[in-house]
Amino acid sequence: MECKENWVDTRTVYIGNKEPPPGAEAYIPQRYPDNRIISSKYTFWNFVPKNLFEQFRRIANFYFLIIFLVQLIIDTPTSPITSGLPLFFVITVTAIKQGYEDWLRHKADNAINQCPVHEVQHGKVIRKQSRKLRVGDVVLIKEDETFPCDLILLSTSREDGTCFVTTASLDGESSHKTYYAVQDTKAFITEEDFDTLQASIECEQPQPDLYKFVGRINIYSDRNDVFCVFFRPLGSENLLLRGATLKNTQHIYAVAIYTGMETKMALNYQSKSQKRSAVEKSMNAYLIVYLCILISKALINTVLKYVWQADPDKDEPFYNQKTDTERQRHILIRAFTDFLAFMVLFNYIIPVSMYVTVEMQKFLGSYFIMWDDEMFDEELGERAQVNTSDLNEELGQVEYVFTDKTGTLTENNMEFIECCVDGYVYVPDAICNGQVMPGSTSMDMIDSSPGPGGRESEELFFRALCLCHTVQVKEEETVDGIKMGIHQNKATSFYISSSPDEVALVEGMKRLGFTYLRLKDSHMEILNREDEVERFELLEVLTFDSVRRRMSVIVRSTTGEYYLFCKGADSSIFPRVISGKVEQVKARVEHNAVEGLRTLCVAYRKLSVAQYEETCHLLNSAKLALQDRDRKLAEAYDLIEKDFVLLGATAVEDRLQDKAADTIESLQKAGMKVWVLTGDKMETAAATCYASKLFRRSTQILELTTKRTEEQSLHDVLFDLSKTVLRQHSSMTRDTFSGLSADCVDYGLIIDGATLSAVLKPSQEDSSQGNYKEIFLEICRNCSAVLCCRMAPLQKAQIVKLIKSSPEHPITLAIGDGANDVSMILEAHVGIGIMGKEGRQAARNSDYAIPKFKHLKKMLLVHGHYYYIRISELVQYFFYKNVAFIFPQFLYQFFCGFSQQPLYDTAYLTLYNISFTSLPILLFSLIEQHINMDILKKDPSLYRDIAKNSLLRWPIFIYWTFLGVFDAIVFFFGSYFLFNNSTFTSNGQMFGNWTFGTLVFTVLVFTVTLKLALDTHYWTWINHFVIWGSLLFFVIFSLLWGGIIWPFLNYQRMYYVFIQMLSSGPAWLSIILLIVISLLPDVVKKVVCRALWPTTTERIQVASHFTSVTPLLAKRTKVLFE
Amino acid sequence: MMASNYNAKEEDGHQPAAIGHGGAGTVKNKKPDNTAFKQQRLPAWQPILTAGTVLPAFFVIGLIFIPIGIGLFVTSNNIKELEIDYTGVDMSSPCYNCSQSYSWNSTKPCTCSVPFSLDQPFESNVFMYYGLSNFYQNHRRYVKSRDDSQLNGDKASLKSPSKECEPYRTSDEKPIAPCGAIANSLFNDTLELYYIDPNGSRTAIPLVKKGIAWWTDKHVKFRNPGGNDNLTVVFQGTSKPVNWRKSVYELDPSDPDNNGFINEDFIVWMRTAALPTFRKLYRIIHKKPNMTPTLPLGRYILEVTYNYPVRSFEGRKRMILSTISWMGGKNPFLGIAYITVGSVCFFLGIVLLIIHHKYGNRNHSADIRS
Repeated sequence: MECKENWVDTRTVYIGNKEPPPGAEAYIPQRYPDNRIISSKYTFWNFVPKNLFEQFRRIANFYFLIIFLVQLIIDTPTSPITSGLPLFFVITVTAIKQGYEDWLRHKADNAINQCPVHEVQHGKVIRKQSRKLRVGDVVLIKEDETFPCDLILLSTSREDGTCFVTTASLDGESSHKTYYAVQDTKAFITEEDFDTLQASIECEQPQPDLYKFVGRINIYSDRNDVFCVFFRPLGSENLLLRGATLKNTQHIYAVAIYTGMETKMALNYQSKSQKRSAVEKSMNAYLIVYLCILISKALINTVLKYVWQADPDKDEPFYNQKTDTERQRHILIRAFTDFLAFMVLFNYIIPVSMYVTVEMQKFLGSYFIMWDDEMFDEELGERAQVNTSDLNEELGQVEYVFTDKTGTLTENNMEFIECCVDGYVYVPDAICNGQVMPGSTSMDMIDSSPGPGGRESEELFFRALCLCHTVQVKEEETVDGIKMGIHQNKATSFYISSSPDEVALVEGMKRLGFTYLRLKDSHMEILNREDEVERFELLEVLTFDSVRRRMSVIVRSTTGEYYLFCKGADSSIFPRVISGKVEQVKARVEHNAVEGLRTLCVAYRKLSVAQYEETCHLLNSAKLALQDRDRKLAEAYDLIEKDFVLLGATAVEDRLQDKAADTIESLQKAGMKVWVLTGDKMETAAATCYASKLFRRSTQILELTTKRTEEQSLHDVLFDLSKTVLRQHSSMTRDTFSGLSADCVDYGLIIDGATLSAVLKPSQEDSSQGNYKEIFLEICRNCSAVLCCRMAPLQKAQIVKLIKSSPEHPITLAIGDGANDVSMILEAHVGIGIMGKEGRQAARNSDYAIPKFKHLKKMLLVHGHYYYIRISELVQYFFYKNVAFIFPQFLYQFFCGFSQQPLYDTAYLTLYNISFTSLPILLFSLIEQHINMDILKKDPSLYRDIAKNSLLRWPIFIYWTFLGVFDAIVFFFGSYFLFNNSTFTSNGQMFGNWTFGTLVFTVLVFTVTLKLALDTHYWTWINHFVIWGSLLFFVIFSLLWGGIIWPFLNYQRMYYVFIQMLSSGPAWLSIILLIVISLLPDVVKKVVCRALWPTTTERIQVASHFTSVTPLLAKRTKVLFE
Repeated sequence: MMASNYNAKEEDGHQPAAIGHGGAGTVKNKKPDNTAFKQQRLPAWQPILTAGTVLPAFFVIGLIFIPIGIGLFVTSNNIKELEIDYTGVDMSSPCYNCSQSYSWNSTKPCTCSVPFSLDQPFESNVFMYYGLSNFYQNHRRYVKSRDDSQLNGDKASLKSPSKECEPYRTSDEKPIAPCGAIANSLFNDTLELYYIDPNGSRTAIPLVKKGIAWWTDKHVKFRNPGGNDNLTVVFQGTSKPVNWRKSVYELDPSDPDNNGFINEDFIVWMRTAALPTFRKLYRIIHKKPNMTPTLPLGRYILEVTYNYPVRSFEGRKRMILSTISWMGGKNPFLGIAYITVGSVCFFLGIVLLIIHHKYGNRNHSADIRS
């Protein structure tokens, strides 16, 4: 056995779990997991410890836990409840949420694990629970049932041993895919038959790639007492994946090879790496600053405390003695506990509730994306999806947009335009009635009269296109999902394929007179122009892959001739062509490519019987390999697909998506650089770029392609380009100084995959190589648009990574619809998937999925902008309100002998962040709209106002912090002077320290809430309700809290404090005064800045205000006059 | 997230999980509801703070604040206040001897009399305060050193006071009532006021000791254990605070409503002051029914029974006589602050007016251009 040494990497499955007959290799029973799916994280028993552990792994929760523990252990100014309660609240809410989700998962798991499965045992069908299925069991699946685990198809109810499957739930492709039963077991069609089957399957250990599978089935038979073993290769065409559904087939028999958590589907849902937004990074930086402030505050106070206490009469005056144990404690321990006590006193400066609020904001806010009516697509019946809510605000920060072309910019709705056979052009539109009018719209320079030889090659060309594809015919009207068929004359039937190009070609052929009917018994049937059915035996399919960029079929005609038909990209066909009218076809292909059409070349080779056998041998040996099968297959294909005779070329149009040009233009106006990354050829891609206004007529195109690098060395080209660009750049800066508009000339760069890999190649021999990257980046940065063509999927990701790691660290966004875009979607800061026709892999791996490219505009310009504005205010405001909250306590230490006496009552300390000031900011961060969304969409340049995280820069953060400190000083000293050695009641009675704190706190709550009210630009009834409601709640709570002797409290210090305070006139007056003073500077700053140095946003606000007010006024006056 | 994604797949093949709630939507009807809230198009008032809109507010604030400030300032200035420091720091001061010869245990009280005179008569009710300086009633160790449930008449707490009271919790293995540092350091100077008639005779001025504590404190928060029946019996088995001369039930033997925990002097002291320099209401001198001023101008003598030591921590003791208006005692701060803020607003209003005129138009035209 060739793979004996790699035994670990393969598994042997005995079909029906029967021991192989003697003589075969030894039966080694292997242990596999049962078919239980466990998606739940917790069990009933480990929920509490495991969940707690996971929650406390978050640094913030851990910090609060530490504070709580410190409060429990040492004598601290505030009771452990103040931090314990919020922490408990947060932890409990999170635990309940996670527990509930897990319970749902348990329920779903149970439903799946217990659903019945039909197993074939000893010739009988037994019902079994799905979870009891084992590797090696033979199961019976009926139509429309979902596969319970990964299975190898043994036989089907269809004669040809195929079955149809939809993998909609795996990758979203709703088209039916054909799977093939193992040739040798095709005949086992009853349960009893399987009792006699003796076989084992060797296959690789489970791996997550859905589309890769290699294995081998060994069938033991002792017919005529001769023990023999057949080997048969198994590929992904034999493997039915768990989660897929059987369609159009009555029943199948299959054997389980991967079960439970080892199925490909289960392996695929591993968590993706977490992306973090720029806002989150700034937030963490701010947190560190605040932590430093906290520590330095505590340190300062501790030091001052010991300086102050140096005098024993101050430390221990007669009225305030320490206990003996306190006295005996070592000074260092005392100092340390004092430090900790100060930390606890000031710990509210880092608010536990901020994390909760931010998370709630993101979670709830993401609903607005899903709810957006404008991002709903009627045609697809899909709306935008949010796969992660962590990146909402990043949508407002995008600087680079990397977009795929096919299916993203374009419809991916292919339409056959023309074909060209030996230089003759055929346009199906001109031949509606089945009559061919070759050359009726033929282009100049091409001779339009087909000779007799031409007729022959023309028909061969049509046949080639009818045969060389993997299209299926669906004979029903109901095709769920995407309609991609056409109506036939006789019956309604559809062509279904995973590649829309193929459908377009086959349809086009039909309009040209050659109709592909069906694949029956390995025979492809074609209806030719004379309404005769031609049958070709399909021998081999050399499937398409993106590396080879071509596919081939080998067929045998009824006359016994063997043909190899191949179609593929021009670059992959022309080098393999030995004869044919290459020049004419090449010219036509290039012409079409410039028009923006997708071109394919068709070629064929006649095979002799010997050649065919050799081919078969090559293929089979490659297919049988267990190791490196893909590489071996590629090698075999390379050997087979050669010496072609060129037949002609086709052109298929892929229309631009609705409003693609408008969207690209808006994105560019918004300051984003749009890059198109495509696997398509340069001319086609460039044409699309022009059509989508990525390149304009005025754009000067710089080319960095293999064509150019063939002439000059890469080195010279790069330096040339950078010189051109930099000259322009320097003149541009001069222009901006002289006040001229900067966009007089813009550059567009075109680069292809081969050159790119040369540029990016890590420097090996000489150090100058490494510089290429930087020069290249420099060029790119100065180009307004870049087109990268001929890109492999991995190169797309490389480009994104390159830009991501450039010195400015720009925020990147990748958008695409196909599996080839997944790598760049995962790589970019924000990945957006389009729910297109090339399946759902992109949408599944993306952070956000939208139905159409045009929705990107609203996603970024409106939603992204809003989310960024909202969350940045949320973050800044949170820090502000907590500085304003804690700084008075810090100041109070100077007046209470640094004794850690809290200024506010415990209830206020606890509830400030949880309830008094939490809801208004949460609501603000959900529904604030500083500018109308229509204006945001109309004027993309507003997006530039928030670029580069502009609302969370350090100066702004410092401004907010200073505002908080200023407010705190106003609250504290305002109250201080009011209390200073005087009374302010009309009955002469005095107030104590708790009244002092309550006064400060009242002013604080009102100021902080009103500050938010001043920042609110969008007052809906909910805003009014929440802002005034939370103030009212504070008042009612305070009245209640001080109105009763609370029996469960061991202190009654707040009793009647609030009410007594409100009974004094000066208290009211000073509350109003202090609120006005605290808000004054911010208002003045806002008004003056708006008047003197308005930002674009502010100008638009004023303008729209006027425009929205004026019609209203007009209406009013009109009403008045009537 | 892995698991929830996975889960959603199972329930509904077409919809990859949208943050944990993916399974909710049905495949068929994915069209979002067209409600104003969900489309973020709720009708809203959209104010913007521009010079134009803020201007009137500034002027209005200025116009309201300045008169209020003037009113407050005048009121404050009309209040008469007299403050006498009787600590006895100087050799010359009458209480110097008492302040020097201090001892908690001395049985014989030290008295001193401080003469002073009033230049103006004090009309209406006059409030007599004592003031302490450099006394940290707001020290944390001090503030928490009390047992509110003991003071509220809880019998269990009477017998075993809260741990917070340490080291003033027990004495001679008997619980202290009232326990804690605050109660222990009760201010125990006695202040008496005499008017010196022009003919030289002394008239004691009646000092009322009721109504100096909050009504709620006196009637709800502080309660004697077991009501007001024989306090001697109730407090049996407890010890008086270490620094006290007499027990809690002997604070005012003449009036059972002012004895024990509900003694108003005691209640006033128990409300800890916010700042280290503070004053506390001591007595009220009610206005006379006839038209004569409560305290006519002339010479007075303050008789001090000097018990309370403050020299050790460099504290000061004062006696304050003050009349009261609707806005309380003499405090020019509010008035000045109101006048200042009002003026600043007015000034800013003018500045903004200029800005608005100079730049407001330019701004607007700029918009139209763009």
